[in-house]
Amino acid sequence: MIITRPRDWTRITDNLASIDAKGVFLMGCGQCATVAHTGGEKEVLQTKAVLEQAGYTVTGWAVGEVTCHLGGTKLESRKHHEDIEAADAVLVLACGAGVQTVADAVSKPVFPGLESVFLGNVIRHGVFEERCQMCGDCVLDLTAGICPVTTCPKGLLNGPCGGMWDGKCEVLQDRECAHVRIQRRLKEQGRGGTLGVLPPKDFSTKLKPGAVNLRDKKGGDRP
Amino acid sequence: MSRFREALECGEFVVTSEVAPPLGTDLSAMRRAVETIGPHCHALNVTDNQGATLHLSSLAASRVVLEMGYEPIFQQTCRDRNRLALQSDLLAAWTLGLRNLLAVTGDDPRSGDHPHAKGVFDLDSTQLATIAAGMNGGHDMLGRELDGATDFFIGGAMFPEAEPWDIQLVRAQRKVEAGMRFFQTQAIFDMAKLERAVEALRPMGVKVIAGVLLLRSPRVIDFINRRLAGLMVPEHIADRIRGADDVAEESIALATEQVREIRQIADGVHIMSLGLDSAVGRILETKDS
Repeated sequence: MIITRPRDWTRITDNLASIDAKGVFLMGCGQCATVAHTGGEKEVLQTKAVLEQAGYTVTGWAVGEVTCHLGGTKLESRKHHEDIEAADAVLVLACGAGVQTVADAVSKPVFPGLESVFLGNVIRHGVFEERCQMCGDCVLDLTAGICPVTTCPKGLLNGPCGGMWDGKCEVLQDRECAHVRIQRRLKEQGRGGTLGVLPPKDFSTKLKPGAVNLRDKKGGDRP
Repeated sequence: MSRFREALECGEFVVTSEVAPPLGTDLSAMRRAVETIGPHCHALNVTDNQGATLHLSSLAASRVVLEMGYEPIFQQTCRDRNRLALQSDLLAAWTLGLRNLLAVTGDDPRSGDHPHAKGVFDLDSTQLATIAAGMNGGHDMLGRELDGATDFFIGGAMFPEAEPWDIQLVRAQRKVEAGMRFFQTQAIFDMAKLERAVEALRPMGVKVIAGVLLLRSPRVIDFINRRLAGLMVPEHIADRIRGADDVAEESIALATEQVREIRQIADGVHIMSLGLDSAVGRILETKDS
């Protein structure tokens, strides 16, 4: 899921002030931002209270089921058409994808209420860690299911680097070195000798902006 | 042909040390350091934005060392440049007369003076060495023929004291396979671990130059133990330095003992003087010091 954190409040109020907005419509997200406790119903209502305390009028609020889904968000916006029309701006408590979807679905100025930080694994309730960078050139087959590109702070394919000490990472000293973990797991699985020098990564797979269209060629080119 | 390479390949015990380019354009302090330590050394490493802090480039400063009549070891980190820039600088280095290359990963930017910088790490040190070895063979990383090849003497870093050793050893092996012919180690405090490393690495045909770090003040010890996870000064050595009447003198005595021991074990020594350049001659016990 996409991990978000609250955006610095003064940046939000500066954004609203930049268009002299007094009335605000709030949009949360029922997916990631709800799990991350940044843009669910509870956080939307908290934000509403804070805005009202600061003198803004909150014309209405909604928590889209999946805010990054264009069709669903358009439907949600239509349901709240009058409240949105009464507002000067829409503040979105969702990831950047959700903010852009809302911006496409409504005609009012839209501002981000959160910062989008990473694709996170839910380790347990409220604990999220970045394990995948969606690089499009997966090496997990070679690295025992541990991604060095993401979990090594330097993203080295071949490691450990010269800073590893007692199996610990140089940059994040409370963590085990990703390359030590990889080597150990390979050994435990009897694959010790399988990791040679990994060649430089193909970063062209990560060229922006990414797009997939399963309707292209009528979805017929998937193996 | 690099004199440093010649000496190592002849089995001579080599001495290297390092100089840091300035933060600015005034090279006089670096020149003074080169004049002080250069005469004691086969070659001088020229650091590349060391500690992820901004300095004049290693490429230009290495050329300055060469023009002064000393032999530089051009350090290249993978932190600040992508594969295009690294290859381009390798070609430049060769045309500037730089013959020795030390390929290292580089410290993470968040430990340096530009913590908001993007760490590039497009390549890692092993991949960089592979590419440099390819250029020695006359082609770039895509296999295209170069109009004029290089012939770098390629080295890298290794850390004999860092556990787990089996993982370190495999890593060193891969670096040798990539084309590294010498290792300069991080500071050595445990000679038994250095011996273990040299015994394992020599049969691979790689030379080991052992690092000696001048613990010139208790602050240096604290800095190493706190900031550089990879270098831990053992308690008995820290106590010896902290308890000394004259800390600088004691650190010189300690380094001198370490060099004597290393002469019996490794292929060379790399002195990190941390600015106490005038002591380098004494540490090496060379006649003219």
